Amino acid sequence: MSAEKIKVLIAKPGLDGHDVGAKIIVRAMMEAGFDTVYSGLRRTPEDIVQLAKEEDVDVIGLSILSGSHMPLCRKMRELLIDAGMADKLWVVGGNIPKRDRLPLANLGFRGVFPTETRLHDIVDFIRENASWPMN
Amino acid sequence: MADELNKVINESGIEIKTLYTPEDIEKSGGVDDSRSGEPPFTRGIHAEMYRKRPFTMRQYAGFANATETNKRFQYLIANGQTGLNVAFDLATQCGYDSDAPEAFGEVGRVGMAVDTLKDFEIAFDGIDLEKITVSLTINGTAAILIAMYLAMAEKRGYDLANLRGTAQNDILKEFIGRGTWIFPVEPSVKLVADTIEYCAKNAPKYSPVSVCGYHIRESGSTPAEEMGYAFSIAKAYTDLALERGMDIDAFAGRLSFNFNIFGNLFEQVAKFRAGRRHWAKIVLDGYGAKNPKSGWLRMIAGGGGFGLTIEQPENNIMRGAYYALVGALSGAQTMALCCYDEAYTIPTPKAQRLSLRTMQLLIEEIGLADTVDPLGGSYYIETLTNEMEDKIVEAMDWVDRQGGIVKAVSDGVIQAKVSEHAFRRQKDLESGAQRKVGVNCYVDEDDEVPDVDLHPYDEDGGRVQNEALKEVRKSRDQTEVDRSLDVLLDDASSDRNVMPALIAAVKAYASVGEMTKILGDVYGRYDEPIRF
Repeated sequence: MSAEKIKVLIAKPGLDGHDVGAKIIVRAMMEAGFDTVYSGLRRTPEDIVQLAKEEDVDVIGLSILSGSHMPLCRKMRELLIDAGMADKLWVVGGNIPKRDRLPLANLGFRGVFPTETRLHDIVDFIRENASWPMN
Repeated sequence: MADELNKVINESGIEIKTLYTPEDIEKSGGVDDSRSGEPPFTRGIHAEMYRKRPFTMRQYAGFANATETNKRFQYLIANGQTGLNVAFDLATQCGYDSDAPEAFGEVGRVGMAVDTLKDFEIAFDGIDLEKITVSLTINGTAAILIAMYLAMAEKRGYDLANLRGTAQNDILKEFIGRGTWIFPVEPSVKLVADTIEYCAKNAPKYSPVSVCGYHIRESGSTPAEEMGYAFSIAKAYTDLALERGMDIDAFAGRLSFNFNIFGNLFEQVAKFRAGRRHWAKIVLDGYGAKNPKSGWLRMIAGGGGFGLTIEQPENNIMRGAYYALVGALSGAQTMALCCYDEAYTIPTPKAQRLSLRTMQLLIEEIGLADTVDPLGGSYYIETLTNEMEDKIVEAMDWVDRQGGIVKAVSDGVIQAKVSEHAFRRQKDLESGAQRKVGVNCYVDEDDEVPDVDLHPYDEDGGRVQNEALKEVRKSRDQTEVDRSLDVLLDDASSDRNVMPALIAAVKAYASVGEMTKILGDVYGRYDEPIRF
């Protein structure tokens, strides 16, 4: 898949208002040549899945700094599978303790990016993985 | 060539010379020989500043429910803290009751959960509201929580005419950074004007608004923009209050500000000095206030969160000490300091105490309270103060060119500008163009980033809060609640000041969610402009 064709949704689920990071990621995605959609703040998982479907994105990226990533990602998994988006690349970033990284991966979030992750690492990851369906 | 390589430009865009002389002060606008306590207050709003009264230390705290928060408050007061800075959970900040579906998993997570007046009665139980000034970090639901605070104080027998305290209540900056908006921009600003008007008439010593450059700076702006945008915001609230026929001197003196302290020490100190001078010009010359106190830039300077790193976190202890030095040199009335562990957890009591001690030792051991504005008169600081004022004016002019702050926020242009800066700032950190110790230089091979340590979510706490709310709903006089909510609906629909109705509703133990819903039915909900 060529870079031009990768379409990414960056979304902010829950009440957490910290959007500095999410907006930085949106700009990094745009700069990398990805077609990028940003959800805006305070979206429910249902809103996000609907937006992902409408926009027909290849990548669903969640930014969560409130500490609610486990319940939100569990909910997202359920909804994404129901919506037939299991083959898309799901990634999540934010304040994520080490102990939650494997459980998030097991939920299907193949990229888990703690706050100190460098932008180019996220871009490279998406470029390499956006076209691989989940096993 | 060598000069090119060594060029130093501060974050606000001012080129820094190798050496400053009296000529530089002259060229940049001349010597400001005003004294502290005299307009334009460049050196400080009070004549004696910290000599008479050191800055108030007010660490941000509050979590879980009212009972737990009360315990933490008592602990901080016992340790010498002289003010409280209350944190609320996201449900409270966004206007949802603890039992609302939107609040699921959020009750008490990042601050205290507040549903009704009952929670305030418990949280402030045993705390002398005359000795300890309370600052409410609340914005979207600020009008409701101010109503709650005033009602609680009144019930406990305090005279509102003498009640001091502060609410953050700066909704415009929430649209730019921080994000706890609820209603569209215009009615949101109208609510702020309601609180200003109500407090000026009924609780004249209460500070209903603390305009925050702080979060705009955290979100990506330069120090000069932080101050310039804050002034544009403060002017928007002021203009609305004036449109209602209020006298500038009836409220301007109660406006306060909140600014950030990370970054270059000299640039920060110059920012505060320039800001003080410029705000005085705006209020005294621009708005024609008669009372010099109306032109005071009263402020909390603190935090520094963006400057702290999760890499080599112990470095944050040193950073915090330098930031506190900036705060002390800035002439702030109040200081709060981020804790070294904040990049990865909610601060432990030990980290909280360390921040408090950092500020205390500046006063007790290092001599920061001995004389006013100790850097005043430095060729560098005086020149930079003049140049920073020009940059602040530039930032305000940019806002004016966008059609004013309300339009700039509604259109999303200011959010886009600030987030573009944040992106550049991040890239500079990653490329090393902006040096950051332990992050892009002086990194050790075997450094390990500390694990994020989140307070586990207390499901029990959520349940206890919900039961308490249920209990209040059962025991309150429902007829009185309904009646008071009807009045609120009527006042909001007729564009009257909603504060009297909110206070009546609060006293009837109406909940934050119920009152927010009524206001939302009238005002609608904010639709965030997505703009990059």
